[in-house]
Amino acid sequence: MAVEGTPLLSVRDLSIRFGGIVALDGVSFDVRAGTIAGLIGPNGAGKTTLFNCLNRLYQPSAGRIAFEGRPILEAPRHQIAALGIGRTFQNLALFRSMSVLDNVRVGGHCRMRAGFLAHALGLPGVGREEMELEGEAQRLIDLLELGPVAHVPVAALPFGTQKRVELARALVTRPKLLLLDEPAGGLNHEEVDGLRTRIRDIRDRLGVTVLLVEHHMNLVMTVSDQVVALNFGRIIADGPPDAVRSDEGVIRAYLGEDAA
Amino acid sequence: MARLLGPDGRRVGLALLLLAACVLPFLLSSYRTFQLTSALTYAIALVGLNILTGWNGQISLGHGAFYAIGAYVAAILMDRFGVPYWATIPVAGFVCLGAGYLFGLPALRLEGLYLALATFALALATPQLLKWKHLEEWTGGVQGIVILKPDAPFGLPLDQDQWLYFFTLAITVLMFWLARNLLAGRIGRALVAIREQPTAAEAMGVDIAFYKSMTFGVSAMFTGVAGALGAIVIQFVAPDSFTLFLSITLLVGIVVGGLASLSGAIWGALFIQFIPNVADHISKAAPWAIYGLFLIACMYLMPTGVAGLLRAAAARLDRAPPGP
Repeated sequence: MAVEGTPLLSVRDLSIRFGGIVALDGVSFDVRAGTIAGLIGPNGAGKTTLFNCLNRLYQPSAGRIAFEGRPILEAPRHQIAALGIGRTFQNLALFRSMSVLDNVRVGGHCRMRAGFLAHALGLPGVGREEMELEGEAQRLIDLLELGPVAHVPVAALPFGTQKRVELARALVTRPKLLLLDEPAGGLNHEEVDGLRTRIRDIRDRLGVTVLLVEHHMNLVMTVSDQVVALNFGRIIADGPPDAVRSDEGVIRAYLGEDAA
Repeated sequence: MARLLGPDGRRVGLALLLLAACVLPFLLSSYRTFQLTSALTYAIALVGLNILTGWNGQISLGHGAFYAIGAYVAAILMDRFGVPYWATIPVAGFVCLGAGYLFGLPALRLEGLYLALATFALALATPQLLKWKHLEEWTGGVQGIVILKPDAPFGLPLDQDQWLYFFTLAITVLMFWLARNLLAGRIGRALVAIREQPTAAEAMGVDIAFYKSMTFGVSAMFTGVAGALGAIVIQFVAPDSFTLFLSITLLVGIVVGGLASLSGAIWGALFIQFIPNVADHISKAAPWAIYGLFLIACMYLMPTGVAGLLRAAAARLDRAPPGP
């Protein structure tokens, strides 16, 4: 458990470069447990790069990331989910031939133990584990209103629905911190309203801390407790939405004036 | 009405298939029974390759090598150490599990066509390694090893071919049961997840390196068990029975039968066992041309394999309104 005062996520002096380009340059910020944090910035500011460092897809060249006070940059990629960091992907990364239910069930992988031998022999523990998972997957499918399509292959579903499947899949991992990479991307106006309610529900009802990257300014400003603004790989503002919205540096970055 | 695609339909289909499998050897000649036995061993090998290629998406042009290892383990144990035939099968399985796992480790770095080439090399090397003079004392070199055909035990009223058939059938049922269990839950989902979206699979906690190499091992284990049975059924192993052609034939089997389908392994096995004979009947001069036509026809008419075709047909019957 996070100690009072220790942030759930703590990023310190994080830098990463690709060839000659500095994608992140000394980025530091905290996310407190139980909050919703928004990460904004113009295209190419380094938002997705930062996400990819958080779940270990990229190895930063310098800096530290601590989750619940423990450093995570040494953990192998597949252990990040078990530590309590779940994520969705900007351009969807679903298992396309699988049904909605099976996609969601893959999310339970990190919490289950039964291996090859136990499965092959059909040991009783396997059935129990699968039953529990099925129940939990069904609950999240209902929560995200995916019940009617639970047995449909995801490739046959509209984009907005697929995004909800990703959310359900990430939630089955029982994350403490949920990373949402442009959850509103490609959604229509009504769907964005639904998403706003859903993100709040996830925090309020499931107790999950949320960090989202988003271009949809209205969504970020209304849903977040804290907004972090990035530009050219550096943090230019970090604070409550109102303060960040009126920050001169942020306005300059977005209006495209001489931001350097 | 019971739905054909539901669990009841499946159970009925399985029962009918097993019934037919039990009756057939009493209706057919010894030679046909022998052919069916051989088809069963192929079915086990195809399950193995299908787990790797169909479910996990790792292509192998070299599974004939694991079939060969299984066959030689069985033959050497019987010939050199007097081990009873039935006891050689689990040993062959475990040896291939290890060999497959070890081959899977370096193969982790290879994807798609590169993995295809690495396994191709394995298939090319196998017959020559089996002839290698330092192994000759064990493998019998070019001559190979001749094995005696076992009799039916406990005074069962079965001839040798019928007994081998039922022995093979029992192991086939066991191997299919193991595969079904393995693929039904968490492990099966992880294999498909790796095939379809490795980044997301890893983000869900799937240890890709472990799963891929384990899958290679398990796949080789099935194929090795099939090889051991094949050696006992054919009563003979020799290096040139395990060429690249065998590996490609197995690949043909899983595609014709249906990728990522267990029942597909049965249809694929029947295809690779019997279509060459059929082609031979049609044209003595160019049987492989006829075989090729069958293969191309299969790809056009059943792009998802026999299993896919049957699934689609069952789905259509389920949807059709009930008759008057």
